[in-house]
Amino acid sequence: MALLRIRNLSVEFATATGQFRAVDGVDQDVNESEILAIVGESGSGKSVSMLAVMGLLPWTATVTADEMTFDGQDLLKIDPAARRKIIGKDMAMIFQEPMSSLNPCFTVGWQIREALRKHLKMGRQERQTRAIELFEQVGIPDPEKRLSAFPHQMSGGMNQRVMIAMAIACKPKLLIADEPTTALDVTIQAQILDLLAKLRDENGMGLVLITHDMGVVAETAERVSVQYAGQKIEEQPVMPLFRTPHHPYTSALLDALPERATEKRLPTIPGVVPGQFDRPAGCLFSPRCKFATDKCRTDPPPPLGPDLGYARCFYPLNVDERVAS
Amino acid sequence: MTKPVMTATALERHYDVSGGWLRASRTLKAVAGLDFALYPGKTLAVVGESGCGKSTLARMVTMIEEPTAGQLTLDGEELVPDNWASHREAVQIVFQDPYGSLNPRQRIGAILEEPLKINRKSMSKEERQKKARDMLALVGLRPEHYDRYPHMFSGGQRQRIAIARALMLDPKVLVLDEPVSALDLSIQSSVLNLLVDLQERLQLAYLFISHDLSVVRHVADEVIVMYLGRAVEKGSRDAVFSAPYHPYAKALLSATPKADPGGAKERIKLQGELPSPLSIPDGCPFAPRCWKVQDKCRAERPVLPDLPHAAACFFPENGGEPA
Ligand SMILES: Nc1ncnc2c1ncn2[C@@H]1O[C@H](COP(=O)(O)OP(=O)(O)O)[C@@H](O)[C@H]1O
Ligand SMILES: Nc1ncnc2c1ncn2[C@@H]1O[C@H](COP(=O)(O)OP(=O)(O)O)[C@@H](O)[C@H]1O
Ligand SMILES: [Mg+2]
Ligand SMILES: [Mg+2]
Repeated sequence: MALLRIRNLSVEFATATGQFRAVDGVDQDVNESEILAIVGESGSGKSVSMLAVMGLLPWTATVTADEMTFDGQDLLKIDPAARRKIIGKDMAMIFQEPMSSLNPCFTVGWQIREALRKHLKMGRQERQTRAIELFEQVGIPDPEKRLSAFPHQMSGGMNQRVMIAMAIACKPKLLIADEPTTALDVTIQAQILDLLAKLRDENGMGLVLITHDMGVVAETAERVSVQYAGQKIEEQPVMPLFRTPHHPYTSALLDALPERATEKRLPTIPGVVPGQFDRPAGCLFSPRCKFATDKCRTDPPPPLGPDLGYARCFYPLNVDERVAS
Repeated sequence: MTKPVMTATALERHYDVSGGWLRASRTLKAVAGLDFALYPGKTLAVVGESGCGKSTLARMVTMIEEPTAGQLTLDGEELVPDNWASHREAVQIVFQDPYGSLNPRQRIGAILEEPLKINRKSMSKEERQKKARDMLALVGLRPEHYDRYPHMFSGGQRQRIAIARALMLDPKVLVLDEPVSALDLSIQSSVLNLLVDLQERLQLAYLFISHDLSVVRHVADEVIVMYLGRAVEKGSRDAVFSAPYHPYAKALLSATPKADPGGAKERIKLQGELPSPLSIPDGCPFAPRCWKVQDKCRAERPVLPDLPHAAACFFPENGGEPA
């Protein structure tokens, strides 16, 4: 049984210009001790879908799903008090901008001890010991001294580590990391990604890594879910996703990578992602897809089976290289 | 061999930073001892992590800030504040965030014609409009876009507008400061293609600033790797990427994730973080994080040798010439 199980999740926002569907019929499982990457271009609904799981969306959002369970608990029916017990304890999230989640008025030590007090009811001395231990675990040098620093006194990489330390303070079963390294330099990014993978190895937690960086996906993830305009359009284990993508969008995205270029002119994807008012009737990618037929333009393709990466496509690519599963 | 359009010799830029209450102000060397040359139709890429001095370099090259020391020349003539006005047209810049640099209240036509209004006073209105419309076509935008406002465009289109504006005065040098970093992958490739086309057609010299090594590897002819304001390695794109000499360049390359899940991962883990630019170590600036560090590195600062491919290192990797 999956740690997190989502079926047919949709999120609509009430906006001044009408309803806007940001997440559209997403199915997703996350298992214990696995690293799932969610990739997609900006605005494809990666953050909103996971914020829906965390119950962190504003009131303008309407969340619907056939099923949304975490560790055996029904997140659709859960009451707010029970949800507060889970969030930050068994299920935690870290964001791209650590400064937006850390309180500038308190030392980072106070913030981490507060999380430990709230969820684990630890005593004073125990909290201090655990806070030092957590800082050591995430590779913050000189932890005792750093605990009394304010967020603005530390670098972006250090604050991101503080965020991670806070998120793992209560040994969560699931950690959702939303673009955790996008604002960081590559040498620091490498340290943070290694750290997240190590925490997964040691604590057996499930990790959802939201990113737009195909390099990060290739080096960190085990399973990859590709999102486009709010829909999950493909999901495969990392190796076959890069070698034999089934959805034309995944394939076009990989071709556009400069590091895969075979000549100076890179392959491009014509057009832009559909917006609120030009959502196609059929396949959402059909206006930009070089294989699209009339059928694609009128009928929405349902997801194919696991052997074809759940691709939402009538004419999947690489059908001879199915994943045995 | 063609002549360089721009050269930099021993370029430096220092800032005085106040030391706070009762403390003396200190000098921050944002760029130090930098040499390079830009050639028509060629791309020099400058890579390095945040704070290494890339934007400071861009401000000197575009004549927004005067170098503290060293020299910049354009077409053989030394650039000094007294002649900046007559040279500014030749050096234009495109920034990372196309939205922040376009006036939201101006139509695209007016945005493109503004540089002509200021710098080509004798040009008639009709000529200006024609040039703006031609430029729209050149960067792959449509004629009807002339009357629209920036907010009506996607990120990739806005970057095309910023590029079009930079080209209105027929520059020779284009400084590109992280030009595709804010763009999605599918958009990034079309903007990179546009830059390649324009360079070929107009024989532009590019100073391409980026932290994304996979993009640099695609566009660059020559590469400079900077660390704490100094060039630690320079060379042709192929030389630097296939056999980096400087341990920092090697570490940077190895830390860049490759979009190949089966590929061998041999990541060099760097210790610690970038030291404060106010307390750069006396010897090699990279010594505190280097895995090959020796006493000599802490005592003496290695100088970049004057060779086509060179590193400022006493113990270079891959058979490089020691400094
Ligand atoms: N509070 C909100 N109100 C209205 N629209 C929103 C809100 N939050 C996000 N959206 C829209 O939902 C879509 C998906 O956003 P998001 O999940 O943040 O994308 P990403 O894949 O980049 O994380 C975007 O078009 C975004 O503009
Ligand atoms: N106007 C300024 N005053 C003081 N310090 C500055 C100023 N501009 C840049 N610096 C410092 O110079 C160094 C190089 O900065 P910058 O050129 O912006 O680097 P990059 O663009 O590579 O991130 C940094 O340490 C930065 O803090
Ligand atoms: Mg997001
Ligand atoms: Mg910069």
